[in-house]
Amino acid sequence: MSNPGNPFLTGNSVADERAAAATAATADAARTGALPAPAPATGWSPAGVRSRNWARLPLGLIIPAILLAAWQAASATGLFSVVQLPPPAMVLGAAGELLGRGELGTHIAISTQRVVIGFLIGAALGLILGATVGLSKIADALLAPTIGALRAVPSLAWVPLLILWLKIGEDSKVTLIIIGAFFPVFTTVSLALRHVDRNLVEAARAFGLKGVRLLTTVQLPAVVPAVFSGLRLALAQAWLFLVAAELIASSMGLGFLLIDSQNNGRTDRLFLAIVLLAVIGKLTDALLGLAEKWAVKRWA
Amino acid sequence: MTAVLSSERAGNHAGTSSALPVSFRGLRRTFGTGNAAHTVLQDVTFDVAAGEVLAILGPSGCGKSTLLRAAAGLDSPSAGSVVIQDTPVHGIDPRCAFAFQEPRLLPWHTLQANVAIGLPTGCSAKEGKAKVSRLLELVGLDSFAKHRPREVSGGMAQRASLARALARNPGVLLLDEPFGALDALTRIKMQDLLLDVHQAEPTTVLLVTHDVDEALQLADRIIVLGAADDGQGATIVRTVDVPGTRPRDRASAELAALRVSLLASLGVDGH
Repeated sequence: MSNPGNPFLTGNSVADERAAAATAATADAARTGALPAPAPATGWSPAGVRSRNWARLPLGLIIPAILLAAWQAASATGLFSVVQLPPPAMVLGAAGELLGRGELGTHIAISTQRVVIGFLIGAALGLILGATVGLSKIADALLAPTIGALRAVPSLAWVPLLILWLKIGEDSKVTLIIIGAFFPVFTTVSLALRHVDRNLVEAARAFGLKGVRLLTTVQLPAVVPAVFSGLRLALAQAWLFLVAAELIASSMGLGFLLIDSQNNGRTDRLFLAIVLLAVIGKLTDALLGLAEKWAVKRWA
Repeated sequence: MTAVLSSERAGNHAGTSSALPVSFRGLRRTFGTGNAAHTVLQDVTFDVAAGEVLAILGPSGCGKSTLLRAAAGLDSPSAGSVVIQDTPVHGIDPRCAFAFQEPRLLPWHTLQANVAIGLPTGCSAKEGKAKVSRLLELVGLDSFAKHRPREVSGGMAQRASLARALARNPGVLLLDEPFGALDALTRIKMQDLLLDVHQAEPTTVLLVTHDVDEALQLADRIIVLGAADDGQGATIVRTVDVPGTRPRDRASAELAALRVSLLASLGVDGH
């Protein structure tokens, strides 16, 4: 968000300077006859936010713990056969075995790499095209129908074509993930940009801001929360499309682990792949959530 | 305070553009086309001298804001033109600065970054910082420079908006009911502040207001917009030179008489 015309863009609204400012404000108010500074508008005190975050983690772990216990109980009572539902310890064992052979690390690394590359490219394209369509009526009229029609194509319909064009390899998989990550970002960004406060945009235009500077100074910061909803949806889609790509044609990755385990009757590894997808998916989403918190605090 | 402001001004002539004269020539604005066409303004012609403070009075919806927007280049007239010192306005005009009825500050920026939005292009970072802090001091917000707009009161946000407009070194300062949304007490303080500011930065000011007292207090001259003879939109129905020099006595009998007569022009019976 560089803004060459504004020397204050690196300056944050600094909390620790607030106290000093508030003290000075009293003197200032007496001098200028101004109103004293009201309390900063942040609803939570820093301490409050911290204690709330500490409470969140254990609360969020309750249901996974219950599920784990139920899983253990169901497999221990013999309600399901080991082939249908292997006990947690067996899944853990499978993880240890695959880790020892170095395979698990490879599966996780290659899947994460595909998701990250596909997500970054897809999100960037979604941001650029979404901004273009959201800001320009001509671009909207020109591009929106085509992009809408492409979005209507079910994701798996692309697979045969991608394999035909790009062969079975990284390119076809990453391209499928790019397609998956593109649309949520494109849709949320283009819609959000159309609903940016017209008064703010007009005020900025009145001060000579236009084009890229108007975009980075007013329009993009205004849609930061929407952009992050789009990014989080896109990341979820990226994992979805990853598994779709790896299920169909691959020799590595968590999707391959799923289909390979199914073919070999290794239900323990199948469970392992599912649990890993859940955990890694949640972790990447949490990382994005942290970035979102920072960005919303900075711009909203 | 005025002495401080004048000395500051004396030391800061570089980059400060001087007041510019403005002419509205046969301005007409029609919205819509065909049967839905709706004329808001017609045949509006008047001149504003450089450095003059002109108040534009009129009932709500009469096109006062449209007039200002035409001067800023935010709106294009259907006929006629606005000429600022020999050059007509085409598109957003860098010689004008606008303060809106609402502060319209960017909520994600500090007050100082918001004021800096008004800096003219080509202003160096060092020069800009100095100017912004000087303007924040002028409007009494120097200790709130790093606060966000939502952390300050409406009056303070409006002062920041005024500082942002001044940051542009405007030859013409356009104020669209800038104090309309403030409480009565804050409004009086802001009016006094505007007089201080005008003394420190003696630019041409076009002030749209629906407050007769405000117009009498601040302006050298008042124009009143009202329905045109043919009923198609509004035009200038009266021009008044306000007697006396600022700051004017709010309790003056002469102004009170003028107030009654202006209210009558606006269709309100004086009691």
